[in-house]
Amino acid sequence: MKKTVFVGAMTAAATLIAGAASATVLEDVKARGELNCGVSTGVNGFSAPDSAGEWQGFDVAVCRAVAAAVLGDPKKVKFVTTTGQTRFTALASGEIDMLARNTTWTMSRDADLKFTFTGVNYYDGQGFMVNKALGVSSAKELDGATVCIQTGTTTELNLADYFKANNMTYEPVPIETNAEAQQQYLAGACDVYTTDASGLAATRATFADPENHAVLPEIISKEPLGPLVAHGDDQWADIVRWTMNALVAAEELGITSANIEELSKGTANPEIDRMLGSSDDDLGAMIGLDKQWAKRAISAGGNYGEIFAANIGESTPIGLARGLNALWTQGGLQYSPPFR
Amino acid sequence: MSDTHSNTVAYVRKTMLTEQAPPSSQVGAVRWVRENLFSGPLNTILTLLGVLCVYYLGVHLGPWFANSIWNAGSLSECREILQGASGACWGVIKDRWHQLLFGFYPQDAYWRPTIAFFLMIVAMAPILFDAVPRKVLWFSAVFPFLAFWLLWGGTIWLPLLALAGFVIGYFAFTALQKVSALAAVIGAMVAPVLWWLFFAGPLDEVLSNALPIGIKHIQSDEFGGFMISIIIGVTGIALSLPIGILLALGRQSDMPLVKWICVGFIEFIRGVPLITLLFTASLLLNYFLPPGTNFDIVLRVIIMVTLFAAAYMAEVVRGGFAALPRGQYEAADALGLDYWKAQRLILLPQALKISIPGIVNTFIGLFKDTTLVVFIGILDPIGLSNAIRADSNWNGIVWELYGFIALCFFIFCFGMSRYSQYLEGKLKTDHR
Repeated sequence: MKKTVFVGAMTAAATLIAGAASATVLEDVKARGELNCGVSTGVNGFSAPDSAGEWQGFDVAVCRAVAAAVLGDPKKVKFVTTTGQTRFTALASGEIDMLARNTTWTMSRDADLKFTFTGVNYYDGQGFMVNKALGVSSAKELDGATVCIQTGTTTELNLADYFKANNMTYEPVPIETNAEAQQQYLAGACDVYTTDASGLAATRATFADPENHAVLPEIISKEPLGPLVAHGDDQWADIVRWTMNALVAAEELGITSANIEELSKGTANPEIDRMLGSSDDDLGAMIGLDKQWAKRAISAGGNYGEIFAANIGESTPIGLARGLNALWTQGGLQYSPPFR
Repeated sequence: MSDTHSNTVAYVRKTMLTEQAPPSSQVGAVRWVRENLFSGPLNTILTLLGVLCVYYLGVHLGPWFANSIWNAGSLSECREILQGASGACWGVIKDRWHQLLFGFYPQDAYWRPTIAFFLMIVAMAPILFDAVPRKVLWFSAVFPFLAFWLLWGGTIWLPLLALAGFVIGYFAFTALQKVSALAAVIGAMVAPVLWWLFFAGPLDEVLSNALPIGIKHIQSDEFGGFMISIIIGVTGIALSLPIGILLALGRQSDMPLVKWICVGFIEFIRGVPLITLLFTASLLLNYFLPPGTNFDIVLRVIIMVTLFAAAYMAEVVRGGFAALPRGQYEAADALGLDYWKAQRLILLPQALKISIPGIVNTFIGLFKDTTLVVFIGILDPIGLSNAIRADSNWNGIVWELYGFIALCFFIFCFGMSRYSQYLEGKLKTDHR
């Protein structure tokens, strides 16, 4: 049995080496007919399989939009589950074409690990959650608290920095996973649980008594999360970047999954026409795609605002407000360069 | 003589006393309780502590089980039904059991791993129990190829051509046996390898294109849950025992090269944690292999787990050899048996019998170690429990998922343990 698979793998490898030597990622993806997208093994609201085995979530939607733009079908995605340890190797080795796994954009990851971050789909930051019975309303009052903290993450370092800067002390309770943190926090092993604010909101939503727990207003770090691709293929990076930009621009221009068919017949706004491929300009050709690419990307799951609302927005159990992730016109940071 | 004194002793009774019931403290439940539960101050205290523990567990777990909820679509729904009472929310198992068992395997193809599982039981039966007809062993030999085809799918030609390699090896062996025994052994090894490397691949392509008989191909990244645990565990178990025996023999060999290679392999593998080997399989190999290479991750994991278990198995079997009296080796020599016959007929059967508990220990450890693959992103039951919790409906559910997983693992591991005890009893020849 082993040897048969081995032979199969060897022959597959031989054919793939021949094919992969010179092709671009775009050609590879088209030839394969499938986008290999790296996601996490499960983060509430961002990527999780439903009971039918279909992946759902905010990060998953980015993969689907890119697949729709490139291959014309948002279902043509192979989701490769990656852990915190395996994600960068999977991307660097070409096992996945892009990584959409709430990964923080940092300088070392961008420059040293040789990846290209194609934008930020969620501006996150580290926050604190406490039991309301504690009577704390600000993180500045947490002197001497016991804090549940995931080990080996940047949150651990941020926490140490914050308490040192504010001349406070704390007692860390090291934990391994978010599930463990929920149990420890509910059992009273720690006064405070700290992780990314989106994670805190998702965790709080699962409590039997969410009204007794509060997320403190202080955000102590910047965690810009976004999809990334490997260095070496700028065209592919452009495709992912402009697919995301198209989603943001669509929200700004009022293009939704409901009215996109009507708008693509031609409007008074030349930028909408350019994006949806109903004018003479062929933006798609610049990134190796056809004229309708942005239309398909937006149709896959709606514009940025629709994706946000469907997966993590205020109507979902996670209930995140737009905050920093609102459009720049509404006081947020989501801003797309012009389509021209 | 006896007649003379027959009536002279006045106090000899002529009738038996009627039987009396034993004292009430020496019979039935009372005696059992006194002997087994309250035979001394220490045992009395321990008994009372035990009763307290059982009571405590019963009070806390009782309502949790009694209020079990099976029909709920989410944790919040469970909580609504329970109204604050303690209760298990088994709805998550009902909703996701198929994922815990099969991972993301296509639902319309669940019959394939199910059939493979039951065929595996049939294939194992003649190996485990000698009451089963010996002819079933032929099925056991074919089963790995059948299981591969059922699980991964594709055309039937790849497993058939791989199987043909063994047939070719057999023919090479019989043909070359007329030349010399050594040539036959070498031929039996080289011919199949040549076949697999150079002929099987192209021939598979030709046949698959000409006669595409087969079922839908399913990639191994869709495998998951207990299916992946069993695939890795059973393959690892089946392969690690023969490799381990060879390594144990090699370590005892008089030939320095063979001995050093075996010692080096065993000590290297035992000196490294399994998780390191798994990371090597998933990360390092990616860097060494050419970009775009698709070397099946499940296969990589199976190889690493097998090598790891084989090193431990070698030491367990070596322990069995070490326990054999010197006289057994000498007796084998005295009978004029050559090395392989002596090993096969006299030494190995005894050594393996002694090592049964250790071997099964390694098997059980190997099976449970398969959960480590969660760290390289393969969704085994533990990994799936995280993925299921990432769904907003089930976020926050812990005990029910882990309880179900623990129960399944317990069934497998306890089964292996009971079988080893049965085997030990059956093979017992000592005179104790």
